[in-house]
Amino acid sequence: MSAATERTADERILRTSPLRKLLSRPELGSVVGALAVFAVFALAADGFLRAASLSTILYASSTIGIMAVPVALLMIGGEFDLSAGVLVTSSALVSSMFSYQMTANTWVGVGVSLLVTLAIGAFNGFVLTRTRLPSFIVTLGTFLMLTGMNLGFTKLIDGTVSTKTVADMEGFPSAHDVFASTLTFGGVDFKVTVLWWLGLVAVASWILLRTRAGNWIFAVGGNQDAARAVGVPVTKTKIGLYMGVAFGAWISGQHLLFSFDAVQSGEGVGNELIYIIAAVIGGCLITGGYGSAVGSAVGALLFGMTSKGIVFAEWNPDWFKFFLGAMLLLATLLNAWVRKRAEATK
Amino acid sequence: MTETAQRTALVELADVSKHYGSVRALEGVSLEVHAGQITCVLGDNGAGKSTLIKTIAGLHRHDGGTLSIEGEETRLSSPREALDRGIATVYQDLAVVPLMPVWRNFFLGSEPRKGVGPFKRLDIGLMRRTTREALLRMGIDLRDVDQPIGTLSGGERQCVAIARAVHFGAKVLVLDEPTAALGVKQSGVVLKYVAAARDEGLGVVLITHNPHHAYLVGDRFVLLRRGTMVGNYTRDEITLDELTQQMAGGSDLDALRHELQRS
Repeated sequence: MSAATERTADERILRTSPLRKLLSRPELGSVVGALAVFAVFALAADGFLRAASLSTILYASSTIGIMAVPVALLMIGGEFDLSAGVLVTSSALVSSMFSYQMTANTWVGVGVSLLVTLAIGAFNGFVLTRTRLPSFIVTLGTFLMLTGMNLGFTKLIDGTVSTKTVADMEGFPSAHDVFASTLTFGGVDFKVTVLWWLGLVAVASWILLRTRAGNWIFAVGGNQDAARAVGVPVTKTKIGLYMGVAFGAWISGQHLLFSFDAVQSGEGVGNELIYIIAAVIGGCLITGGYGSAVGSAVGALLFGMTSKGIVFAEWNPDWFKFFLGAMLLLATLLNAWVRKRAEATK
Repeated sequence: MTETAQRTALVELADVSKHYGSVRALEGVSLEVHAGQITCVLGDNGAGKSTLIKTIAGLHRHDGGTLSIEGEETRLSSPREALDRGIATVYQDLAVVPLMPVWRNFFLGSEPRKGVGPFKRLDIGLMRRTTREALLRMGIDLRDVDQPIGTLSGGERQCVAIARAVHFGAKVLVLDEPTAALGVKQSGVVLKYVAAARDEGLGVVLITHNPHHAYLVGDRFVLLRRGTMVGNYTRDEITLDELTQQMAGGSDLDALRHELQRS
């Protein structure tokens, strides 16, 4: 309210039109894209608008969205995490194997998994800030190491590439409720992951826009040296961001485990790019310093709509990747334009 | 009491040296910064100006000599410590985060908060208002503190950075080539704010390779060449012509003039 009066107080600003304000939002491109894709499939696919289809789409979007949120924050902070995809699998494997081998309550495995996953995230951040190597290299290293460890340890302990089922173990029903249950609102089924997703988006937006940590995230991504010079704890911020990605991987990993009872150790490879694509479509600058959590959610939704919409429309699913690539290009072009505008009169 | 406060320099370097391995970056440099005065450090590229700044700003420690802050000998271990001791440094190119709004840049690293526990949040109203007021006090009238700071001109950005240092109670302001990339008019504007900061009672260290800019506002002049100090004057000891001559390397300039003379 005071901001509004302040803004109109200066006669040189005639009136910021709502359209102009909208144009300066990072989510703009993704929202336009999402509406377009929604319209296309609503017309092309008969079953697309049915409640059951929408719940399938939301589920697909949420599994990507849960990871796209922390990956977007990390990208705003100026870094990548290529290990994010396999970290989800690692997290599920740790949880499952610990409970099974120790014949402990599944919640013990869930807790141990949280600690291990966060430690891997912290390791990424620590190595990055210590060595000052590009995050592309550091996390490519952890990506390969985790991929190998996932398969290696699983074969070593269980003898096959998948873990034993934990479905009959103590604590399984309640853990299943928390991470993989289905809820019904007004006759429509929703996976609980949708709630996790929305919760993460809300918390991440709060952190980004309303807290000191958020200011620091934008600053370390936008101009790291300037941030350090004014006393922003750059190292702490970056390690925190990697631990945020790890936290997302933990939620996704537990969902993976408790919805299928067992984990395939080779899973997750390639997903890291999907998270990054969702964040970029959602308006995150690949060079850091700009973007939003809501945008990443719209990016994930676009992803879910396209992947399921093609199935509902009975098109050849091979076209999915084509759409994805086209959207990515368009979104990046739009972002570049926005950035140019923001830095126009240098 | 006021007399002794006047005489104790805010920052005093005595015979300071800095080595990078076997490279001698700085040797035997002395300078004083007093409240309400501007000390200019002049030197060509590679003269050791950046090394000197980094020493005062806490980015690295000096190897020899003494650095005293308000009469107390010290070694700075981080930019944060320098800030806490009242030394604010404004760098030529890395002063701000271009994509962030002016008000977020203004408070970066020292954000005011309200609320308790996990609900501790930025006091955004206060931040916007204070930014506007602090800029106005320095004579900077911005249209909109919400615009990304990258949309401001180079001179305006320097001015915001200066206003910010003044607002956060800096006693010493270190400016790294604030006019280097600017046109004549914008340089004038920036120098005006440098003078405004001096009038607020700050001690200013102005690093530049432009003797004309230095002489417009300076009270003391320290000349560096190839890592060593070749001159240390107060304003009444030197004229602009002598300063320019010294800065250009005196006889070197004569030789150059001779070489370039058309036959």
